[in-house]
Amino acid sequence: MTVIETKGITKVYNPKKVPVHALRGVDLTIRKGEFTAIVGPSGSGKTTLLNIIGGLDQASSGVVIVDGVDITRISDNKLIDFRKEKIGFVFQAYNLIPVLTAAENVEFIMLLQGISKDKRQKRVVELLKSVGIEDQADKRPSKLSGGQQQRVAVARALASKPSFVLADEPTANLDSKSTAQLLDIMAKLNQEEGMTFIFSTHDQRVIDRARRVVTLEDGMIISDVTR
Amino acid sequence: MQMMILLAWRNIWRNKRRTAITISSIFFAVLFSIFMLALQNGSWGRMIDNALSSYFGYGQIHKKGYYDDPGINTLMEYTSDWKGKSKNIEHLKDFVPRLESFAMASYGNQTKGVMINGIDPKKENALTKLSGKITEGKYLELNDTAVMIAEGLASQLKIGVGDTIVFISQGYHGVNSAGKYTVKGLLHFGPPDLNKMMVYMPLPEAQQFFGCENLISTLIIDIDDRSNLPGIIKKLKSQVEPDLHEVIEWEQLVPNLLAAKQAKLNGVYIFMLILYTIISFGIFGTILMMIKERSYEFGILIGIGMKRKLLSMVVMLEIILLGMAGVFAGVIAAIPLVNYFRVNPIDMSHMEKGLDNMFDQYGFEPVLPTAFDISTFVSQAIIVFVICLLLATFAVWKIYHVKPVESMKN
Ligand SMILES: Nc1ncnc2c1ncn2[C@@H]1O[C@H](COP(=O)(O)OP(=O)(O)OP(=O)(O)O)[C@@H](O)[C@H]1O
Ligand SMILES: [Mg+2]
Repeated sequence: MTVIETKGITKVYNPKKVPVHALRGVDLTIRKGEFTAIVGPSGSGKTTLLNIIGGLDQASSGVVIVDGVDITRISDNKLIDFRKEKIGFVFQAYNLIPVLTAAENVEFIMLLQGISKDKRQKRVVELLKSVGIEDQADKRPSKLSGGQQQRVAVARALASKPSFVLADEPTANLDSKSTAQLLDIMAKLNQEEGMTFIFSTHDQRVIDRARRVVTLEDGMIISDVTR
Repeated sequence: MQMMILLAWRNIWRNKRRTAITISSIFFAVLFSIFMLALQNGSWGRMIDNALSSYFGYGQIHKKGYYDDPGINTLMEYTSDWKGKSKNIEHLKDFVPRLESFAMASYGNQTKGVMINGIDPKKENALTKLSGKITEGKYLELNDTAVMIAEGLASQLKIGVGDTIVFISQGYHGVNSAGKYTVKGLLHFGPPDLNKMMVYMPLPEAQQFFGCENLISTLIIDIDDRSNLPGIIKKLKSQVEPDLHEVIEWEQLVPNLLAAKQAKLNGVYIFMLILYTIISFGIFGTILMMIKERSYEFGILIGIGMKRKLLSMVVMLEIILLGMAGVFAGVIAAIPLVNYFRVNPIDMSHMEKGLDNMFDQYGFEPVLPTAFDISTFVSQAIIVFVICLLLATFAVWKIYHVKPVESMKN
């Protein structure tokens, strides 16, 4: 089943002044259950692509179809709802709301979705357990290590039961041990729950864990390998 | 909803320094604006009281037409009826009669124009504390055949206590009036023009002098407190015969005073406007600080799917809570402050000599008390709170313009 389909997306920053062609026609199809890495040198357009797929940024041209909906044509307000329901986000760092505890951060998105208290709390426990930080549930982010924060972020991303999880360099600020732990968790969730993961990275050890590797260069896909 | 309150509450405690700065800037804003307004209202109230109680009173009753054209031929009867009337009206202490007209005074070879006030010495003293103005000699009795004159007049005529002064005037319906009186006392008036022309004579003697038995020109109302004036005036107007009498309030009697008050108040409003502007900048600064500190977080929240409206409500709630805390604390602190300076007015008499003289000239006590009016507290609390809300809309505007990708870049 296709989750994401992009057709000929381009992105031009500063079209009026000094135009930067960040994407030059990207066609990409992601199916349910993939564990895909977007790789490429710095400035190749990885972040731009993920932001457009996630509905955080607008393509200059082209079509982005997520779960059958063309998200390039919906209003800001609807797009916010769309992100809330369909997409789990893990950003590079500082993902969490500082005034909420780990558990509350995970619960928050379900609150936004209007899920009942019982269900929320059950799921928070489950998720924190599956990312291995159930004993840190009542700590605020500032009391957690970078690796622990990213694991909470993964738990939060999954809490809303999204169609897929987008992670832009989720391990960029982590040491190798935390990187390995985070990838283990992501891989486990991918295998056990069938959750689709799309992540960008520079890190060869992370690339090695991906099952599909899409390589960007200069805003274009230059290779797409599934192992 | 619960989550909104929780988020707002936690955010307030998140940066205690910023919260403290915000609350204290609102606190001082409320405290200061209440105090300034209370001081203005209080000093004006005091000045008006001083000015009116030294001569005009808060209102007067005349024969109809006297206000437009005062003169010795427009007099009203002073009957015992008035005593009954004054007892019927609450907060009205008394009616104080006066027969006011002009005359020429001479002593030796000096002659001066003067204003003769025929008075009931006891009632007059209760109203204006006239006996306190005596600098030499004694205060009048009702059956005296003597006068008290202003110091300035005495020195111009070169006359002293115990000397005999002569008055000539035109009396009621054109009769010629003349009389000789012993000077029983000298009075000091602050305003120079009064000090050069005031003469006080017992009422029966004045009526005889002007040839108008039982008639007076003015009946001054003596009341317990200025705040009761409107009610008293209303009752009086309904009780006097409109064809015979007119009831005139102080605003009409002393239009200059009212104009001066208005001019002063305009100044106060400008001052308050400047104060509010400074306050606004202070509060705005803390809101800017907050937006800047949290813009990354706003990006995350909107990014993961929090509606801008909901986020705005959380931030608005935070500012409302801070605003309420600051306003409440400000009002609480202002109560004892305003009350203290109401009881212990700021004393200006230690100030420069010139200032002291100025107060004396206008017949004012050199003190600035505050006025304790609930309306001052309420109005300032509301104004500052509304300023907070208006400034908070800037935060909302900002939230509606957050672009998640850009906010999360740093
Ligand atoms: N807001 C922007 N305004 C202008 N140019 C931008 C903006 N964002 C990105 N770019 C440019 O677009 C190109 C692609 O940037 P992008 O961030 O997508 O690359 P990336 O592959 O994620 O790089 P990195 O590995 O460094 O994160 C770069 O040349 C970058 O300088
Ligand atoms: Mg990037």
